[in-house]
Amino acid sequence: MCIGCRACEQSCALRWNLPWNETVGSEERLSAHKLTTITTHDGRYSRRLCMHCAEPTCVSVCPVGALEKTALGPVVYDASKCMGCRYCMTACPFQVPVYEWSNRVPRVRKCDMCRDRQMAGKPTACAEACPTGATCCGDRDALIAEARRRIAEKPADYYPRIYGLREAGGASVLTIAAVPFEQLGLRTDLPSQPLPGLTWAPLSHVPDVVSVGSVLLGGVWWITHRREEVARAEGSPRRQEPRS
Amino acid sequence: MSTAERLAGKLPQIVTLPQTKLARTVAWYFWRVVFAALMLAGAYATYVRITSGLGGVTNLSDRFPWGIWIGFDVLCGVGLAAGGFTLVAAVHICNLERYKPIVRPAVLTAFLGYILVVVALLFDLGRPWNIWHPLVMWNPRSVMFEVAWCVMLYSMVLTLEFVPAVLERLQWKRTLAWLSAISVPLVIGGVILSTLHQSSLGSLFLIVPNKLYPLWYSPMLPVMFFVSAVCAGLAMTIFESWHSSRSFGRQLEMPLLNGMARLLAVLMAVFLTIRFLDLLHRDALRLLLENRTETWLFGLECALMAIPTVLLFSRRVRDNPTSLYFMALLVLFGFIANRLNVSITGMEAASGVHYVPRWTEVAITLAICALGFAVFRWAVLNLPVFEERE
Repeated sequence: MCIGCRACEQSCALRWNLPWNETVGSEERLSAHKLTTITTHDGRYSRRLCMHCAEPTCVSVCPVGALEKTALGPVVYDASKCMGCRYCMTACPFQVPVYEWSNRVPRVRKCDMCRDRQMAGKPTACAEACPTGATCCGDRDALIAEARRRIAEKPADYYPRIYGLREAGGASVLTIAAVPFEQLGLRTDLPSQPLPGLTWAPLSHVPDVVSVGSVLLGGVWWITHRREEVARAEGSPRRQEPRS
Repeated sequence: MSTAERLAGKLPQIVTLPQTKLARTVAWYFWRVVFAALMLAGAYATYVRITSGLGGVTNLSDRFPWGIWIGFDVLCGVGLAAGGFTLVAAVHICNLERYKPIVRPAVLTAFLGYILVVVALLFDLGRPWNIWHPLVMWNPRSVMFEVAWCVMLYSMVLTLEFVPAVLERLQWKRTLAWLSAISVPLVIGGVILSTLHQSSLGSLFLIVPNKLYPLWYSPMLPVMFFVSAVCAGLAMTIFESWHSSRSFGRQLEMPLLNGMARLLAVLMAVFLTIRFLDLLHRDALRLLLENRTETWLFGLECALMAIPTVLLFSRRVRDNPTSLYFMALLVLFGFIANRLNVSITGMEAASGVHYVPRWTEVAITLAICALGFAVFRWAVLNLPVFEERE
């Protein structure tokens, strides 16, 4: 349905107070001054923005909790907490967070799904600006139903899948398209489980390492030093035997 | 007859590496000039870093947010400092007293290593003044959070482990006695903290299954990072003993280095076994048939690790100071290749960009390394780091 008019880009730039002109419009990638973008693939249009994952990787990796998944759905960023390690950028499976590289007090930038507007009950700026209804905003279940309805209505026009339903555990931004998603430059090699489980697997063993480790090392210390005590008590001034 | 054969025939227990007077003088000037040049370049790069931000001084980008400051300064720096906890564990927990003469230099290396890692982080963090935030803003689900806490706590442990050298010099006997009273829990805590964060540096990359090339991405990354860090720590201790012996005219404790080299050979063999078993179980060995940059880098990394592993099993190689030194050097290069492959070259293909560090990035890295060597030298000359030989 998208006609590539870039009204979404302009409304987004307006909301964030970022410059928008034809040059910015032709840069088809996310950057510190462009938090959503239309991408062109052989005459077809697609959009990039933060996926607002159900279990966001960025939220799990941030050491200071500067990123947060809000109850309404948006994943939001608090620059005042951020120390700038950029682990969120490395970790994001959709390569969404971008950085203010030339700023001396840099921030991570990403779409916040117009959290303030959503809290006031309004749709996102991009959905409001879209003249064709290609981008719409609403309750996730309702959007899934709408996507399924559109696909069922014109099965010949749609690739019968919804991108964002299961990718990396599911997201709050869903995409339907006429062609397989990899032809639109979207990553389709993502697991359907949320990624934070991958790092939680070893992290959850930290208490085990600490407790077993202390007991084990304490035990080794006790045994090796006990041997010396015994040797001393027996009157032989021999030290620890050199290991050959 | 090669030096190795001559030495193997009649091995002196303790070796002093010879250096002529002229060579000493040339070296004296050469290293001072190099040091000054590196400091100047580093100072300029620091100025640019402060005035124009990360973009003005690095080649990092939105698609490639971590470069050599993370890949080399942090990942390699922490790993190369692993000799500290390894030797402390050997001597103070396993009671292998004969290694005692090299504990303190190893602890000093580790202590300086961690300080320099923090310095590098101050360059790399976008908002370095917020570096203390993990203290109060918690996210226990983040590997980075765990690393931050472990590195901070372990740096404190290292300070307490090294500070006796300073206190002995100052003759503060009561503080020394107090420190020695808490030394056992301190040492055990240090080993556990090291185990945790050395492996967690590998866990950092568990979150990028679709970005890190499968020759490196593995659920075993934490285990492999830990084992290879212990290897790097041992190799670094041999490296640093050899250099100290040369530049301070100290005697080289060959039997100790030989013992460490044996352990190193075994641990490297363990590492390589885990590495290849892991590739086998993940069905990743077939990737080696592909003619890609990653395959060659993997080959380089494995060669750098496998060659010293095999040769170190030979007594003749271990007994000759020069060959032992070069084996340790190969292990270090192999280790560095591994860390850079995980953090940089293995991530390039998926990022879609080609990252080559800008000269200012390299300048800061080199300046930090040079500073490390200089402070180490100063400490050895001014503090009781090496035990007086009776």
